[in-house]
Amino acid sequence: MKDQIESIRKSAQEAIASVKSSEELEALRVKFLGKKGSLTALLRTMGSLAAEERPIVGAMVNDVRIFLENEVEKCRAALSAAAMEQQLANEVIDVTMPGKKPNLGSLHPLTQVLNRIIEIFSGMGFSVVEGPEIETDYYNFTALNIPEDHPARDTQDSFYITDSILLRTQTSTVQIRTMQNHTQKLPIRIISPGRVYRSDNVDATHSPVFTQLEGLVVDKGVTMADLKGTLDTFAKTLYGEDAVLRFRPHHFPFTEPSAEVDMSCFVCGGKGCSVCKGEGWIEILGAGMVHPKVLEECGIDSSVYSGFAFGVGLERITMRHYGIDDMRLLSENDMRFLEQF
Amino acid sequence: MKLPLSWLDDYMTLGDVSPKEYRDAMTMTGSMVEGYEEEGADIQNVKVGKIVKKVKHENADTLSVCTVDIGGETLQIVTGAPNVNEGDLIPLAVAPAHLPGNVVIKAGKLRGVLSQGMMCSHTELGLELSDVPGAAEDGVIVFKQPYAPGTDVREVLGLGGVTMEFEITSNRPDCLSVIGLARESAVTFGKAFNIPEVTVNEQCSADIKDEFGITVNAPDLCLRYSARLVKNVKIEPSPEWMQKRLRAAGVRAINNIVDITNYVMLEYGQPMHSFDTRFLEGREIVVRCAKQGETITTLDGGEHTLDDTMLVICDTARPVAVAGVMGGENSDIKDDTTEVLFESANFLRGSVRRTAKKLSLRTESSARFEKGLDAQNTIPALNRACQLVELLGAGEVCKGIIDINNSSCAPRILPFRPEWIRTFIGAEIDSDFMIKTLDALGFSVDVEKGEVLVPSWREDVEGEADIAEEVARIYGYDKIPTTPLRGETTRGGLTAAQQNALNIKTALTSCGYFEAISYSFISPKGFDWTFASESERVAVALLNPLGEDTSVMRTSMAPSMMELLSRNYKRNKSARIRLFEAGTVYIPKSLPLTELPYEKKRLALGAFGEMDFYDMKGTIEALLERISVKKFSFDTAARNPLYHPGKSADVYVNGKAVGAFGAVHPLVQKNYDIAVECFYCELDEDALIAAAGNAKKYKPPVKFPSLTRDISVVVEEAVKAAQIEGVIKKCGGNFCESIKLFDVYRGAQIGDGKKSVSYSVVYRAEDRTLNDEEINTIFDKTVKSLAEGLGATLR
Repeated sequence: MKDQIESIRKSAQEAIASVKSSEELEALRVKFLGKKGSLTALLRTMGSLAAEERPIVGAMVNDVRIFLENEVEKCRAALSAAAMEQQLANEVIDVTMPGKKPNLGSLHPLTQVLNRIIEIFSGMGFSVVEGPEIETDYYNFTALNIPEDHPARDTQDSFYITDSILLRTQTSTVQIRTMQNHTQKLPIRIISPGRVYRSDNVDATHSPVFTQLEGLVVDKGVTMADLKGTLDTFAKTLYGEDAVLRFRPHHFPFTEPSAEVDMSCFVCGGKGCSVCKGEGWIEILGAGMVHPKVLEECGIDSSVYSGFAFGVGLERITMRHYGIDDMRLLSENDMRFLEQF
Repeated sequence: MKLPLSWLDDYMTLGDVSPKEYRDAMTMTGSMVEGYEEEGADIQNVKVGKIVKKVKHENADTLSVCTVDIGGETLQIVTGAPNVNEGDLIPLAVAPAHLPGNVVIKAGKLRGVLSQGMMCSHTELGLELSDVPGAAEDGVIVFKQPYAPGTDVREVLGLGGVTMEFEITSNRPDCLSVIGLARESAVTFGKAFNIPEVTVNEQCSADIKDEFGITVNAPDLCLRYSARLVKNVKIEPSPEWMQKRLRAAGVRAINNIVDITNYVMLEYGQPMHSFDTRFLEGREIVVRCAKQGETITTLDGGEHTLDDTMLVICDTARPVAVAGVMGGENSDIKDDTTEVLFESANFLRGSVRRTAKKLSLRTESSARFEKGLDAQNTIPALNRACQLVELLGAGEVCKGIIDINNSSCAPRILPFRPEWIRTFIGAEIDSDFMIKTLDALGFSVDVEKGEVLVPSWREDVEGEADIAEEVARIYGYDKIPTTPLRGETTRGGLTAAQQNALNIKTALTSCGYFEAISYSFISPKGFDWTFASESERVAVALLNPLGEDTSVMRTSMAPSMMELLSRNYKRNKSARIRLFEAGTVYIPKSLPLTELPYEKKRLALGAFGEMDFYDMKGTIEALLERISVKKFSFDTAARNPLYHPGKSADVYVNGKAVGAFGAVHPLVQKNYDIAVECFYCELDEDALIAAAGNAKKYKPPVKFPSLTRDISVVVEEAVKAAQIEGVIKKCGGNFCESIKLFDVYRGAQIGDGKKSVSYSVVYRAEDRTLNDEEINTIFDKTVKSLAEGLGATLR
């Protein structure tokens, strides 16, 4: 009986070892361990054994059953691992083939830079105000201390619609509109982005339509040092801590004192290169203290309040930001251009 | 304004300052230097050489071989110059040398004989014949002076001068003069400044007042008219030093009298004019407005018809000059002129500006007058001109001056409050520094009275802020500290509407659309090409456009967007183009404009390639959902010739039409040369911004299960999906969660003119599980309603 048990164990173990598929394994399990399997059959013959032998043989058969069940389980695990391996091997793909991109669009580079600038000034408490592009000469010139016959009316070469209505040549118009609206509600801290128009022929650095960003602060005790500080924060946030500004005396009819502001060349850092034409500086904006006449024109007492204003050319900053060398690209809207931003 | 730096020497001593230092320092105090030129910078290694020996070239009859001493060294030079002899001093380019025009002189053999350089003519040195005494028409320069061999030729030719080119701002006409710039230079470098006294000897005993009559009939336009008379004039070229300065300043030398007027204009900033009195009829000058239609031929030969707003200088018969603009040909200085009347006047700036503009005649003179000149400057300039006449021996100045002064001479006095200046600028600038600076600039400060007197030439200084600027620019803007904004905090940031406008743009980019930005003016052809309606053609037109293509302000975005589509199509006919523009249209209230037009925000989409109508519709739906527009719908478009009539729809937001979209009409496509189906959409952006919801609210997913039923019905072709969906929705009531169209079928089994439409409808209750019976009731009701309302049969 013992020998029989041992021989079943041995032949079963051998058979399991050579199994190739889970179907074969299941057949073997049934053959040895099933209800009609050889081990079960052996148990049924136990009745013929002596009473004292039964528990011993019973234990032996049980041991073999547990042993074989373990073997089957091990084999099953090995088979399914192998099957998974095989499946994974069959599913290998060429990961270097191109991905399938979703179709995403993008904002125009001018908008992207403008949004960044708005963010910077929003952080300093500026709100955004817009004004009309078609303006009266009062807002575009007269109120900005540019009286009739002032040469500035010529140099700006405006597009006229009637004798007194024109396409605004500067976003400074919004200064006037804001201050006249705000007289009850000071202080003012605004920026005003928008289109302006000058009668320039189109070339790589000129366009009859371009975007300006005006800034205006009016409060008690605003100083030129505040103007410098505000623009310095702006430049350093936009261009990094290395950005250095240079304020140069200049003339605008609506600010006094006035300054043109240069930034250290972003290419050479101020040493002089082809981008800055060897100067080391690149002009980025005009600024100044709001002219007392302009404040008074807007009903603000210039002996109590002072303010500063600045105007930034957005195209110039954008072109610099992305290394765009021709202004025309910004209005052509060629897909090959737009896709890059 | 071009300034030869050496001219400053008459008024100040600059000292040892390099051109670059000068440029930077002046720019930082407000006189912007655009650039500078160093005369003779392109002449290198050209020295004075002495010919010690000259023999014939062994291989060439026309050449000779010279031994030239350049100071301690002798060189062998082969030359073809016919005018040199032993003992002559000549300019010698010593190899390797550089000459103007990027010419490099190297040593080499000429017909087998070594030449170590080249003798130079005036042209080879980039000079005019008249520039160099000793220059020969045909041959090299032979110096007349005993220069030492080896001396740099730039030194003996007086080259090496530096000319600065200033860009003077329009408020500083006083700096369009040597004196003005000398004053600024002196203040910038902390040097003394002095205008030498001008004396006129008046050698001629005749008095101008006995000789000449001057009347000003337009005192409001002619603020001052000063004149002197010079007799026994002898016209000849002006001396070399004067010609040289004029040339460096960019003015051509003509003759002594004309050169003097130009010289004084550059030096004093006061335009001058000289008349040959032979041609002044009646020996009289009358300053008056022109008679309508009167004509004059100006110095440049231009013929002009005048009108009665233009100020002219006349004799008793006719205009002889356009005041402040240009003189007339009829009274011009000639070679045989013997008597000259010098005019030094001040004309109203606006009048000069308007006249120059009307006549399209911009001159050095008008450019100065229209910026506003100092009426106190006419006499000093006039005297300086006459001093120069005497210095040059060009004539004898008569006694006296005729001076008609209609200007207001009251000096301007402003408060001087150092503390206010410090506060306004935000810098601790010393009061003494302020006083010293203002003094040096020609102001005079009365500390006790707290007042400052503004010099007559600074019309631009009108208030305390201007005084602060004068102080700050000399103090140095770079020394003003940078301080952060202080004071009451302000909220800042975007308004809800501005945020919505931005959200619209970003929503479209996530739908695959690229933002475009185009000009706001268009060609009127755009109206024709897009079949614009009569009302859209009522547009704001520019009086002075750059060209037809940019002459009208757009009233619709279509011409701009179609142009962009067309441009992109031309570049790549199989491209996938998705563009949008959030732009402005300009709608006049009436024409011609008497008040500002409406400026409205519009959103335009343009696209072609890999798409159909439903792609664009889906984009619009996604956009409206993304910006939380609560209620929107679409319906067949009201007839708009821009669109394909069968493939376009109107868009409604909260029941109001906000725009349309669809396939572009094939004829419009043809106008823009686009041969693939393209799509366009234009929406009222202001309306979208207003309808956009800002408050989104979370809704938890319903826990109870849903039931899905498919409904397939056969309907007439004319029945629209929206009608069927409407019925399904209405019958489903609150239980109808979603309706999805999954099939439209047309075919023989269905029959001609009919279609089978299949929907998958999801039903769900928020508070319980729906049972089959409830759904069956709804389903039956739906089928019945579809049959009754739309003639639908269940398939």
